[in-house]
Amino acid sequence: MSTYSLAEAQDSLWLARLRRFFRWLTTPYVFLSLIMVVVMFYLVIIPLWSMFVTTITVSELDLRVIPEASLGDMTSYHWRRMLIGQIAKIMTYEPLVNSLVISLGATFLALIMGGGMAWLVVRTDIPGKEIIHMLATVPYIMPSWTISLAWKVIFKSTSVSGGVPGLLQFFTGIAPPIWLSNGALPIIIACGLHYYTFYFLFVSAALLSIDSSLEEAGDLAGASRGRILRKITFPLVLPAIASGFIMTFSKTMGTFGGPNVLGVPVGYYTLSTMLRSNMGIGNYGDGFVTAIVLILFSMTTVMINQKLIGTRRSYETIGGRGFMAQKMKLRGWRPVFIVLIVIVQFSIAILPLAVLIYSTFMLRSGNYSLSNFTLHHWIGQSDLSINQGDPGILLNKAIYRAAWNSIRLSLWASFIGGVIGVILGYAIVKGRGTRLSKIVEQLAFIPYLIPGIAFGAVYISMFTKSFFGLPPLYGTFALLVVVSVAKHIPHSSRTGVSSMMQVGSELEEAAAISGANAWQRFKRIIFPLTSPGFVSAFLLNFITTMRELSLIILLVTPATAVLSSMTMRYIENGNEQQANAVIIVLIVLVLIGNAIISRFRGGSLKKGLESSK
Amino acid sequence: MPKPTIIIENVTKTFGDVVAVDDLSLEIDSGQFITLLGPSGCGKTTLLRCISGLEEPDNGEIVIADKIVFSRKKGISLPPGQRDLGLVFQNYALWPHMTVYKNITFALEIQKMSKEDMDQRVKESLAQVQMDGYEERYPREMSGGQQQRIALARMLAYRPSVFLLDEPLSNLDARLRIDMRTELKRLHHDSKATTVYVTHDQLEAMTMSTKIAVMKLGVVQQFDTPNQVYHYPSKLFVADFIGNPKINLLEGRVSGKDLVQVGKFHVPVNTKDASGEVVLGIRPEDIEISLEPVEHGEEFIAYSVLPSGADTTIIARQGEFELSVKEIGVSSIEMDQKIWLCFRKDTINLYDKQTENLINAG
Repeated sequence: MSTYSLAEAQDSLWLARLRRFFRWLTTPYVFLSLIMVVVMFYLVIIPLWSMFVTTITVSELDLRVIPEASLGDMTSYHWRRMLIGQIAKIMTYEPLVNSLVISLGATFLALIMGGGMAWLVVRTDIPGKEIIHMLATVPYIMPSWTISLAWKVIFKSTSVSGGVPGLLQFFTGIAPPIWLSNGALPIIIACGLHYYTFYFLFVSAALLSIDSSLEEAGDLAGASRGRILRKITFPLVLPAIASGFIMTFSKTMGTFGGPNVLGVPVGYYTLSTMLRSNMGIGNYGDGFVTAIVLILFSMTTVMINQKLIGTRRSYETIGGRGFMAQKMKLRGWRPVFIVLIVIVQFSIAILPLAVLIYSTFMLRSGNYSLSNFTLHHWIGQSDLSINQGDPGILLNKAIYRAAWNSIRLSLWASFIGGVIGVILGYAIVKGRGTRLSKIVEQLAFIPYLIPGIAFGAVYISMFTKSFFGLPPLYGTFALLVVVSVAKHIPHSSRTGVSSMMQVGSELEEAAAISGANAWQRFKRIIFPLTSPGFVSAFLLNFITTMRELSLIILLVTPATAVLSSMTMRYIENGNEQQANAVIIVLIVLVLIGNAIISRFRGGSLKKGLESSK
Repeated sequence: MPKPTIIIENVTKTFGDVVAVDDLSLEIDSGQFITLLGPSGCGKTTLLRCISGLEEPDNGEIVIADKIVFSRKKGISLPPGQRDLGLVFQNYALWPHMTVYKNITFALEIQKMSKEDMDQRVKESLAQVQMDGYEERYPREMSGGQQQRIALARMLAYRPSVFLLDEPLSNLDARLRIDMRTELKRLHHDSKATTVYVTHDQLEAMTMSTKIAVMKLGVVQQFDTPNQVYHYPSKLFVADFIGNPKINLLEGRVSGKDLVQVGKFHVPVNTKDASGEVVLGIRPEDIEISLEPVEHGEEFIAYSVLPSGADTTIIARQGEFELSVKEIGVSSIEMDQKIWLCFRKDTINLYDKQTENLINAG
């Protein structure tokens, strides 16, 4: 062989490699996966890193307290101050303990109520299952701090300095003690009552999917009822309980509304409210340390939980949807449980809204008699002695702007989120088994581990200045869209994956054989078949974004204010009735949105909720 | 000799540690009906998917109608749509959101065919599978057998030069399967398209194919006509896999010129140069039964008699030793009756016990 042809062979070898690489790169799932990796880096990894860098960099504000340093130097000042300094106890450790107490308390409460109610509905002969089921999803359309606001209306107390009486004190004359009106207990109850929905939905789905023959087999083997429950039923629903735990715990860790309404007035701070107060005064260094502590604690708990219970080990495929041979008879206990459920659901789904609506008709806070009745908070003209001169909310331009912002934000976020969800679903499912697919799946899971308010904080650090070709987004509406999309990527991708799984791969292959290119396959086969999943994801994202507060509270400006942030502003100004009226408007808008969207293509909220777990 | 339409050369495909197709070469002549036959996991579907382009082999080369569609060395791999072939999937893969008409015209639309031509093609292809008038049905409104026909029509409509069929009948009930076998064979006869058919059902393979490639562990064991594969299986695996009731495989040792000792008796076999340990392959229908002692007949007991109408299978025993024998029609033999079995030298295949290869065909 001559040297010439050797060189030629070498050439063609390279050419072959190049062709193979190019083909790999243009495989749709590879291409989309790579784009998604880049997107996730932009939206999650880089912001986290840049937040960390801010905590160890000297800022202008720091120059006054660290005299010898110059701008941009590396410093351990913030970490020392927040973790071992004199104020560490107040700034970090007490809020941390408070956050953990609240999260564990609320999670436990939600578990008992949600799990118990699921068992009653699925496994016993309790009547009115449909209604119980329907009422159980009500918290999902309410913002998470609705119950906190209602609590405030009822249990407000003159025991708190500068306080006015609430409903209870007004009618009984007894001033509720501080531990009942504010602080840990009320927050735990308010959050627990709100988040029990997750447990209820997850556990009842799991209980439904257990084939009763598994339990009957235990029965035939001579095991007692208690033993069957302990050894067979419980392990089978354990993954569902674990999912509920992760969700409730990390949501409560990052929740801002409840602690702000019920904790801050008495100086009871959690990491989330502490983070807000540091960011509020522009002390980003300190604030980010708090955020990182919050993220680390929430991540660790979730991971320990996953290690212990192994959520990934799913039993759901085993058994399938079983036929329930017999429901347990409650007999004498039946009335007891009925009364219990009525009380619980009444106080979660009906009472808070009723109380809030009632309070909006009270001219002055703290007086609940009919003589105080007014429509001023709804349709009153500006009066400088009330609400700092704001007109009633139905006449208030700022409210209309905020409502429009809320709707616009939710539509954008859920549309982009839905599209990203479908793309992620496609990339993950088609690449299943490859390393790339695993990386994408794990990247998409990260936002789940970062509590809402900390996630918002992450974005401040990144978008205050121009970065990697993106303009400085701080203060813009676009930033709110970006953060809402990014935070909900885990849900969107789960929904995307589960709806993609239902489309057999041979349907796309058949189109490929027919000569359809990637775009034609997507447009004509994949998208039409996954669109019910897309609608469900869209609906879920829409509702979540409408009532989102923790995530965006640090990022809104007066111009980009949304309804949820308006309620907080009014509460902080002491205009309670205004805040309550806004939240009613918000809930009504969510209901309307839900009704409109679920008309399309049979997507439904429940479907979305179940597939996103 | 027609020249080969599909040339598969040294194709290997692995999934992780599993070698699905192992350095496999095969030439398929134009217009033939080729069956890839083997137990599950033998790599037959993977090979089909490699030909179609849905799977990219790790190595080797595939040529379809003089066009290199895959070559590792040259870095070529044409997408499935450019290989001029059609594929019918095991579960039909009809698009559930499209009517029959839309399902069939999908490929035609991509080729930018005119509306009139498309209508014509739909009509023709539906007629070919005897489903005239089903244009506006959705897949879920049809039975499995009807969906199967539509899947075929969808492939026929765009007239690919190669048909690929992946266990197309396995989801149908037994009765329909027999009907469809007839239809498929007729369809191939009329269209003359080169066809590659994957199945684990030997009866489908035997009845329809021009040639059968019996596969095991990603390797073709024998590639030959149904007749050759049945009567002269080149390997013990093939002999054992094909035939119902199963072939009798008797282990023995060469005991003299043209004589093999099996158990307590000797069987006359054309031993050629073989010596030592061997295996005899004897089809049940090649054993003669006699109700009285005959010369060269071995005495057996009818352990079980299994009539199936057209023929009867008799399980014969001599001590531990068991043979299946097939008799045409209804047998008069009763269970526990004494019978004498005779072997015919020219029907016995001789295999080397070590290599499991055919030494000498009877």
